[in-house]
Amino acid sequence: MDPAAAKLIGAGIACIGMGGAGIGVGHIFGNYLAGALRNPAAAGSQFTNALIGAALAEGLGIFSLVVALLLLFVA
Amino acid sequence: MANDPIHQFRLHDLAGPVNIAGYEISFTNSALFMGIIVVTITGILLLAARKGALVPGRLQSVGEMWYSLVDNMVKNVLGEEGKAFFPLVFSLFSFVLVANMIGMFPYFFTVTSHVIVTVSLALFVVCLVVVVGITKHGLGWFKLFVPHGVPLAILPVISIIEIISFLSRPISLGLRLFGNMLAGHIVLKVFAGFVVSLGALGGIGILGAIAPMFMAVALTALEFLVAFLQAFVFAILTCVYLNDALHPSH
Repeated sequence: MDPAAAKLIGAGIACIGMGGAGIGVGHIFGNYLAGALRNPAAAGSQFTNALIGAALAEGLGIFSLVVALLLLFVA
Repeated sequence: MANDPIHQFRLHDLAGPVNIAGYEISFTNSALFMGIIVVTITGILLLAARKGALVPGRLQSVGEMWYSLVDNMVKNVLGEEGKAFFPLVFSLFSFVLVANMIGMFPYFFTVTSHVIVTVSLALFVVCLVVVVGITKHGLGWFKLFVPHGVPLAILPVISIIEIISFLSRPISLGLRLFGNMLAGHIVLKVFAGFVVSLGALGGIGILGAIAPMFMAVALTALEFLVAFLQAFVFAILTCVYLNDALHPSH
């Protein structure tokens, strides 16, 4: 296979990993919302924790973006 | 060239190449924008604090909200003894926030879209955690990697996982900010490119350009949210990591 084509295909495959981050962030905010509707009084104090969780989950998705960028521009 | 989404991140010298001992230290557009960021932060905060009225005006409210946001964050996560770190967290938050916001203007350079800037900030934070932890608790700080109440059989595995997760912090902290800024700006540029190239077709192409046009507007709003959120997340994760230095035994 042409190495340039393999690089592009690899970058595309690497981006599939971002779907996992999407699932994770969706879970976090979905569960936050479910909890917030059950107990709205406690919702405000836990929003920061929801953001921390979302940021940590999102960071892993960013790794696959970085792998894709490395394949495109560095490798 | 106009449609190249990566072109906006290119560094170029503004004052000729300057080399010292084989390292290039030219004054680039990135350095210029870092200067602009510092001047902007200082200017806004000085103007906001100038009157010091009992009932704040609009600008003073912005300054007070900015201050109390970080103040509450530091108090909630680090507690009273974390007050010493307030200036650090406030500086990091302000720098990242204003860098992200300034980057949203057309033709402006986004400092935080370069991995060297964000990972430098993150490495500084994590090195500070190690230094503060060891000066405060001595070698007892390394209990951070040996959690309480874990059965002895699986303790070595847990310790190795804790050490790896600690070492990956500067990478994840820096790459999160970098990746969000880079990806957001590329997406904006790609959608703007759709508008230009469809509009150039004329006739039906102009009709087809309407959808990506509205998408670009909506994405700009989303990117402003992301710009604030990433600055907030960077600051709060800094607090969470510093909490490990102050209270290592979970």
